[in-house]
Amino acid sequence: MSGVWPEPLPAPAAPPGPRILDIRDLRVSFPGKGWRAPRVEVLHGVSLDIRPGETVGLVGESGSGKTTIGRAVLGLAPVHSGAVEFRGERIDRASARRRRRLSQDLQVIFQDPFASLNPSIPVGETLAEPLHAQGVPGRDARRRVLDLLGRVALPADAAQRLPREFSGGQRQRIAIARALAIGPKLIVCDEPVSALDLTTQRTVLDLLLEIQEQTGVAYLFVSHDLSVVRYMSHRVNVIHRGVIVESGDAEQVTTAPRHPYTQRLLLSAPVADPAAQRDRRAALDRRRAEENT
Amino acid sequence: MSEALTSDNHLPAGAAAPRRAKPVRRFLRNPQAVISALVLGVVGGAVLLAPLLSTDPGAAELSKAFAGAEPGHPLGFDSAGRDVWSRLLHGGRNTLGGALIALAVALSIGVPSGLVAGYYGKWFDAVANWAGNFVMALPAMVVLLASRAILGPTMWVLMVVLGVLVAPSFFRLVRGIVATVRGELYVDAARVSGLRDRRIIARHVLIVVRAPIIIQIALVAGIAISLQAGLEFLGIGSGDLPTWGAMLNEAFQNVQRSPLFMLWPGLALGITSAALVLLASALRDVLEDGGTPPPRPRAARRARVSAPTTSDSAGARAALLSVRDLAVSYGSGASAVDVVRGVDIDVAEGEVVGLVGQSGSGKSQTAFSVLGILPEGGRVSRGSILIAGTEVVGLPEKRYRALRGGVVAYVPQEPMTNLDPAFTVGGQLVEPMRLRLGLSRKAAAERALELLRQVEIADPRRVFDAYPHEISGGMAQRVLIAGAMSCDPKLLIADEPTTALDVTVQAEVLELLRRLQAERGLGVLLVTHDLGVVADLCDRVAVMNAGRIVETGRTAQVLTRPQDPYTRTLIEAVLDDAPARPAWVAPRAADGAEVPA
Amino acid sequence: MLRFAVRRLAAGLFLLFVVSFVSFVLLSVPNLDVARQLLGQSAPQHAVDAKTAELGLDQPILARYAQWLGDALAGDLGTSWFTSENVLTAIGHRLPVTLSLMLGVTLVTAVLAFLLGVWAGVRRGAVDRIVQVLGVVGYALPGFLVTLVIVLVFAVQLRWFPAIGYIPLTTSVPGWLSTVTLPILSLSVAAVAGVSQQVRSSVIDVLRQDYVRTLRARGLPPGRVLFRHVLRNAAAPALTVLGMQFVGLLGGAVLVEQIFGLPGIGSMTVTYTTRGDTPVIMGLVMTTVVCVVVINLGVDLLVGWLNPKARAA
Repeated sequence: MSGVWPEPLPAPAAPPGPRILDIRDLRVSFPGKGWRAPRVEVLHGVSLDIRPGETVGLVGESGSGKTTIGRAVLGLAPVHSGAVEFRGERIDRASARRRRRLSQDLQVIFQDPFASLNPSIPVGETLAEPLHAQGVPGRDARRRVLDLLGRVALPADAAQRLPREFSGGQRQRIAIARALAIGPKLIVCDEPVSALDLTTQRTVLDLLLEIQEQTGVAYLFVSHDLSVVRYMSHRVNVIHRGVIVESGDAEQVTTAPRHPYTQRLLLSAPVADPAAQRDRRAALDRRRAEENT
Repeated sequence: MSEALTSDNHLPAGAAAPRRAKPVRRFLRNPQAVISALVLGVVGGAVLLAPLLSTDPGAAELSKAFAGAEPGHPLGFDSAGRDVWSRLLHGGRNTLGGALIALAVALSIGVPSGLVAGYYGKWFDAVANWAGNFVMALPAMVVLLASRAILGPTMWVLMVVLGVLVAPSFFRLVRGIVATVRGELYVDAARVSGLRDRRIIARHVLIVVRAPIIIQIALVAGIAISLQAGLEFLGIGSGDLPTWGAMLNEAFQNVQRSPLFMLWPGLALGITSAALVLLASALRDVLEDGGTPPPRPRAARRARVSAPTTSDSAGARAALLSVRDLAVSYGSGASAVDVVRGVDIDVAEGEVVGLVGQSGSGKSQTAFSVLGILPEGGRVSRGSILIAGTEVVGLPEKRYRALRGGVVAYVPQEPMTNLDPAFTVGGQLVEPMRLRLGLSRKAAAERALELLRQVEIADPRRVFDAYPHEISGGMAQRVLIAGAMSCDPKLLIADEPTTALDVTVQAEVLELLRRLQAERGLGVLLVTHDLGVVADLCDRVAVMNAGRIVETGRTAQVLTRPQDPYTRTLIEAVLDDAPARPAWVAPRAADGAEVPA
Repeated sequence: MLRFAVRRLAAGLFLLFVVSFVSFVLLSVPNLDVARQLLGQSAPQHAVDAKTAELGLDQPILARYAQWLGDALAGDLGTSWFTSENVLTAIGHRLPVTLSLMLGVTLVTAVLAFLLGVWAGVRRGAVDRIVQVLGVVGYALPGFLVTLVIVLVFAVQLRWFPAIGYIPLTTSVPGWLSTVTLPILSLSVAAVAGVSQQVRSSVIDVLRQDYVRTLRARGLPPGRVLFRHVLRNAAAPALTVLGMQFVGLLGGAVLVEQIFGLPGIGSMTVTYTTRGDTPVIMGLVMTTVVCVVVINLGVDLLVGWLNPKARAA
């Protein structure tokens, strides 16, 4: 995969409607390893936007920078240049105080449900955390926690238990409940199902869809899996080495991609039907042969 | 929603750990913890109440020098005719008090600086870390002696210096843990939840460092007591202040005359230090999670399984690999858990058989038992495994070893952790070939380079000389495949060989496996959770759930017309054929909310 | 590897510099009237002033430090205030005693700790528990207490070895052995206890690594896997602990030399610090820190050789 890919395709015209999130020409760089090492840029000018209630997928391989985009939106990665606008307001340089207020509207679900819950804090307290941060009084917070647990189909006594008493899928439900605690407008979903088994994966995805239908929350959905992104997203962005190479409607990008990298990504993912996979493999071989000539 | 719940609860029971007792109760149930805490309590109490329990430690009656016990003086008199019991108790006050000062100083320097350095990093971390290393490189005893030259012979001041000297042990501990916690996703999640740094440190960070700090306190207290007593023993403390170290010094001066005088201060010092360290090690068990269960006796791991009876259940057995009624158990007796319960599987020459299942289904355990490399505590408890006609269940290790690498080879899941970091790639490829094929160093190196070429590595020479951390994951997996091929096996056991790889790299590695399999006529047992990989590579497939095989058959038939309900659930969860999400339509609710009334 | 070694060496030299500066300044702060102390209360003031000037104590601290540093770099650590001995010569006489102790302890520890640790880590079960208990006890007891018990048992009661005194190696080899055996034994207890625990836990850790399973799956004999692969990977953390123990051993040597009456650096430290003899104390501090730096450098290089990843760090 060290080949040089053609230039990214021009982004399609911005779709109509109000935007909840607007990222323009975002660059993120991290300090290099070692003393006086130059900074390493991982995002080279990324632009994307999300409308209220919409899911925008972001698909790429490891090291592509897909996770960094989500972290930059959340203020967990340093923005070097470019703009992140949330509901019409610049947030890329938001103060710690502004960030704390933003947490009402902007939430996250991380990849690893084992790492995203503190193992020594009972689930109920973890869920109450965002409520306390927003100044919800204790009694209301407790009621809200029970409400949230019911919403993600966990029993009420889950509040007193520690994360290790739950399975991977259940923990991810807890993480979803935490993200929903204060009724956010946008949730960054960073590979929310890639640590889960196939059958659990499907139920968690369906829960996310159901929540979106009920609340009108928007998702920035980050994943390495084209089929998951396709299932979840209205629009899809394909990112490779810090650059978005193709974006468009889910159907178009995931079935008839135009950029060679997306095509390669699609053909590389095996499908669970031997006959279809034989065709896909043949197509991949042809592509490889073309690329080599 | 209800459907979601039920299928989620399908997960193997082992995925969720049982509840643990509260720390206090665990402490009370640990005899080592209770006894050492009691000992420390008695010592501390006696020392605190010294003025009530004994007389003036300085009062000397020269006539009574070396006299034995008498009423009111249970331990007799020392060389200057002073009451040993009084000196022991008052000495304890000074010794333990000094250690306490040192501990307090060390804690108040080490913990806050560790918290700040670990949480915020940057320049403070760099400076504090250097200072910590600097102090740790100083021999404490020499520094204390030098400090005495500067500060004079005041024990209490020296204890402050000692506190500074042992502070880095707290600093390092706290800094290390906090830096790890700082990178945890749950701290990120708390920040996104709108928590202030102060609150995050108080809630998420302190709770994690609490237990290690308590353990370290006990350890450092032991060290402080030992150094304090050592200083006093050298006779350079505060003149005739009674301490255990000073008492030992006096006793040692008179060792030829009356060696027994060393007994009481020695005992006091030894018991206190030992109780502290034993308390620390018991606290570690009590407070830290995931204490490893006691290892099972070795004998059980080697237990021979009675030779299998000829299987009549599953027809003719394949020539290359044939597994019948395999069971794998962990633990022994009543607590034994079966993770594989009666598995039959066959791989013929040149055939690729997939073994699919979700995590915890027992598929990897099946693969490990074929290779005879089950993790510690696991054993084949029943069944038969024939590899190229040889029964390997109960086979002596030496003969089994002859099969491994030569007849049956292994490709693991995680490429980066399966290469020994201390040896070059070439070294690791050459070693088995020299040993097993008896090749010369040069011949083996040539063959290794040839193998690297065969697994389509562009620059074999460079990779040959590289260390594992210098190559990428995809490259490492190719190296592992080359290693598996090095002694021309007939059967390949591949355990999730592409799971850790990116999808484009996965496609290349699958292609490579397919080519090698066809060229060499390999039989392959491919363990995977990915039905796409199965469709791509396998002739036949076996579906595993909860330690059992629920369905076996030709790949096309199982994947397109599954018979078993579990297989059907699995295939229905695949998203390949699910429709793409239709284009976004402005939600009415959201619109309504945005439009001013 | 060379760059790695040079970097470590530079760090060590920097450490030496800082230690020398800090100790020099701290030792100069109390500003005792050294000249008065030397000449006695009855000496006339002008003689005291002359002595002060002779010792260079009328200069500002930084100037004195610069002077000391320049001399030290030229190989001259000055002379003792009280005995007029050349510091370097005095230390040179006593250093071999301490070094021979250290060498003995390091050898005993390396051999015993690795044997015990590997045995416990590989066999587990009862052997493991015994080694662990020994480790905890050996670590728990204050070193000088252990030394006293050893003296009591082997020298006072059994009379197998002399309780006190030193015979140089050059005078008589058996004599030397008889005088250093108990000190080495005393110092080794804690070191063996600490290092064997580390060896044990890293052996157990490495045995659980994926690559050990893969090596077994390639058909390598268990002995080869253990001695070539497991030991090499487990040795690095154990060596680091051994290096850290060494710093503690230098402190322990102070007590042990005092108890056995060995004329080494340790007993010298006790004698001269009680008198506040700044040039000698500086010399002693620098000597011990040089020992620590050299040992750490050795450990770093060994770890770097064993573990190629550490070299890059």
